[in-house]
Amino acid sequence: MNYFDQSLASIHKQLVNQEISAKDLTQQTLDNIKSVDPDINAFITVDDEGALKKAADVDAKGIDADNVLSGMPIAIKDNMVTKGLTTTAASKILENFKPIYDATAVDKLNKLGTITVGKTNMDEFAMGGSTENSAFKITHNPWDTTKVPGGSSGGSAAAVAAGEVIAALGSDTGGSIRQPASFNGVVGMKPTYGRVSRWGLIAFGSSLDQIGPITRNVSDNATIMNAIAGHDNHDLTSSTKEVPDFTSTLDKGVKGMKIGIPTEFMAQGLDDDIKQTVLDTAATFKKLGADVEEVSLPHTKYGVAAYYIISSSEASSNLQRFDGIRYGRRAKDVKDLEDLYVKSRSEGFGDEVKRRIMLGTFSLSAGFYDAYFKKAAQVRTLMINDFTNVFKDYDLILAPTAPTPAYGIGEDVSDPMTMYMNDVLTLPVNLAGLPGMSIPAGFSNGLPVGVQLIGRPFDELTVYQAGSTFEQETDFAKQTPKMGGNN
Amino acid sequence: MNFETTIGLEVHVELKTNSKIFSPSPVEFGDEPNSNTNVIDWGYPGVLPTTNKGVVHDGIMAGLALHAQIERHPHFDRKNYFYPDNPKAYQITQSETPIAHDGWVEIDVDGKKKKIGIAEMHIEEDAGKNSHASEYSYVDLNRQGTPLIEIVSKPDISSSDEAYAYLEQLRQVIQFTGVSDVKMEEGSMRVDVNISVRPVGQQEYGTKTELKNLNSFTYVKKGLAFEEQRHQRVLMSGGKIAQETRRFNESTGQTILMRTKEGSDDYRYFPEPDLPVLNISQDWIDQIQTELPELPAKRRERYVNELGITDYDAMVITQTKEMSDFFDKMIAAGADAKLAANYLQGDVNAYMNDNQVELQDTKITPEHLATMIKLISDGTISSKMAKKVFKAITNGEEPKKFVEDKGMVQLSDPAKLQPIVDEVVAANPQSVEDFHNGKDRAIGFLVGQIMKQTHGKANPQVINKMLKDSMSK
Repeated sequence: MNYFDQSLASIHKQLVNQEISAKDLTQQTLDNIKSVDPDINAFITVDDEGALKKAADVDAKGIDADNVLSGMPIAIKDNMVTKGLTTTAASKILENFKPIYDATAVDKLNKLGTITVGKTNMDEFAMGGSTENSAFKITHNPWDTTKVPGGSSGGSAAAVAAGEVIAALGSDTGGSIRQPASFNGVVGMKPTYGRVSRWGLIAFGSSLDQIGPITRNVSDNATIMNAIAGHDNHDLTSSTKEVPDFTSTLDKGVKGMKIGIPTEFMAQGLDDDIKQTVLDTAATFKKLGADVEEVSLPHTKYGVAAYYIISSSEASSNLQRFDGIRYGRRAKDVKDLEDLYVKSRSEGFGDEVKRRIMLGTFSLSAGFYDAYFKKAAQVRTLMINDFTNVFKDYDLILAPTAPTPAYGIGEDVSDPMTMYMNDVLTLPVNLAGLPGMSIPAGFSNGLPVGVQLIGRPFDELTVYQAGSTFEQETDFAKQTPKMGGNN
Repeated sequence: MNFETTIGLEVHVELKTNSKIFSPSPVEFGDEPNSNTNVIDWGYPGVLPTTNKGVVHDGIMAGLALHAQIERHPHFDRKNYFYPDNPKAYQITQSETPIAHDGWVEIDVDGKKKKIGIAEMHIEEDAGKNSHASEYSYVDLNRQGTPLIEIVSKPDISSSDEAYAYLEQLRQVIQFTGVSDVKMEEGSMRVDVNISVRPVGQQEYGTKTELKNLNSFTYVKKGLAFEEQRHQRVLMSGGKIAQETRRFNESTGQTILMRTKEGSDDYRYFPEPDLPVLNISQDWIDQIQTELPELPAKRRERYVNELGITDYDAMVITQTKEMSDFFDKMIAAGADAKLAANYLQGDVNAYMNDNQVELQDTKITPEHLATMIKLISDGTISSKMAKKVFKAITNGEEPKKFVEDKGMVQLSDPAKLQPIVDEVVAANPQSVEDFHNGKDRAIGFLVGQIMKQTHGKANPQVINKMLKDSMSK
């Protein structure tokens, strides 16, 4: 029996009824990975031994009937530290790095009895939108292995789409959960900034980064969010706001909900199919009783510039700790300290990471700070105000997730500007710190297309409610890729 | 040509909190290298700082003690630079919004009072320590993350004497708040100085030089005095001062070139995204204001005006809060202020120096010392006897009981002394004649004779008077 097109709740029932053990389920997941992953390359590290041991422990203790995640195998993006399990952030500079602690999100899941089967591929330090910037391997899109899976959480999204695992954690700084979710036909949530602790997430853009779940359906996603959300004493930017049960309103419908579609998001070089998908989605929501209208986010056009300045500035500082002194790669045959720094970092970082470090270092330099970093921070405030104004009258924003479906491997990577423009629709959500979820909403030439639902700060509940309502009305999320072919 | 000098001081003070500013590691010195560290102090991947509220409290307290404005919504900034003792390759500090600004301390140089402005005071983390051996260099991160306050003076200091007085005042004020030990010899107070000299009347400041390796206030003073002279000599001879960092040589008293500065380092400061903006309520500031002890300047004023001791004595007693508190307790226990001040500066200070202990670590209590002083004041014991009593006090003995047990009570009763006085006067007619002839020394001889007979217990003041009365009859 294949468990990987079932919901967490359905698998949980079988675990509780002892129709299957956590160990069997884990073994089947590992087998799946073994047979499928050579075509997909979703994983950097697979932890057979650790996973089976943990599964045996869970079985020995007995499946907790009140805890849907008990005994559930999952995958973790490789920029979240996992105790004793190699964590590389897809960078040579952390090759073979074994952390001594667990990220809070990972720890929370562990305590609920999930089983980490492995660490997924990504763009190095989460910088990129195709997972081609990994130092180790290129991940292929399960719907068409000549296409990219998106990124930077491309490994997590592809692993879920390919049925290798039931669920995975990703991280999203400018769209890194939502865009690969869209490219792979899965559900990806970037929660409100501060909803999930960043402790143990290897920092990229500290004021933008959030961890979130990537799953096959909205209900599974909400279940995992329940597990990872909440304040953490290790992260002062994590919110003390009460965490609702994100699954509690999944069947409440969208009747009377006010949904806005930002004009600016529909104008920027969208593929026709993508535009049509958004309009079709709007029609479905209308049919279900929601009001859908056009709204305006006038500062959207400055988003890409502001985002790349802020995220690269923060990254240039965050990545300085990788200096070869205390952990990670240290260059050999160096003549002095300066040489040790330069060689370790030159050898350890890939081109895209270096490009962003240079961009960020420049933006923060004396004489340029005011014109770049400070100006970008001001633009960010204007963009937040745009959203605040819309949310005075609207409960949700509906928008395309990415301007195109998955593109070909090698197509985009040579031109950074094209790559950066791909984030235009997702990064405003990070700049404003809002919750945003991509759900499967259509197809374009056989490739999945997602749409984004964006909510008020800390109102993931409404996002899940609308997403679930749409999902139940349509069957896009039920589609799975025919593995191994160009369909 | 006449010159004027401008001196700037940046003073780092280590706060005495139990844990570090951004991590729960203990603040302890002298332990095994890297034993008081955790993943945060190592700059490990994925870690985040958390702000120690105690550091913010102490920062506010120091700011208030320096009469500074407290910033209600300060944030932290990152100062970026690579060095092995700085594991994140950035220091979390405050650049845009220091927690306190626009304060002052008042100094007194040769009786001339002057307010020295404090431009800003911010809180930040200390770095670790590198050490070097032949083959390897070592990094100890125990000190990494120790909380510091940095106090930056306004360009109000115009001589090395003023710089010395400013540092002494700053040290005292901070010491009284209790937030730091402020000991330069232990590194809990560090001083960076810069100095520039310009001809009187010139608008812009002269070129600055910085001084390093100033391990005591005296070296700061000497180093600045040397630099001031050097600047003047160079300028007089038509030369130019280069912007450079110089090292003070303790043995020669001169400064030597360390490195030339071309432009300034670019630390790429930007707001620390991992820490929320602090929200300091007026209530909290008011609360901390009430926790502030009476500060040294106020105490000196009270000692001089209300207790009548000299400016100098007041200055010495307010060197540390412990000494000043001790003095206050002695006064409360009824000791004479002048005698109390004398004993603290004399015997007590000598005892502390001889035994290398702090006052609070001795067995001397203010009550015991006050009792001893009262015994002196009321003539029960002589100041000579007091030497023995003081020794007993340092062993924790109660002075009144000690005096009684040892039978050390002074003979002050004229009825008991009269027969001895009469006897001595009768036995020494030559001395009586000398006294009548105006030879004052004669009385000293007679006192000595009485002391001999009473084994030193006679009260010298009493017998002095009795002798004069007796011989004037």
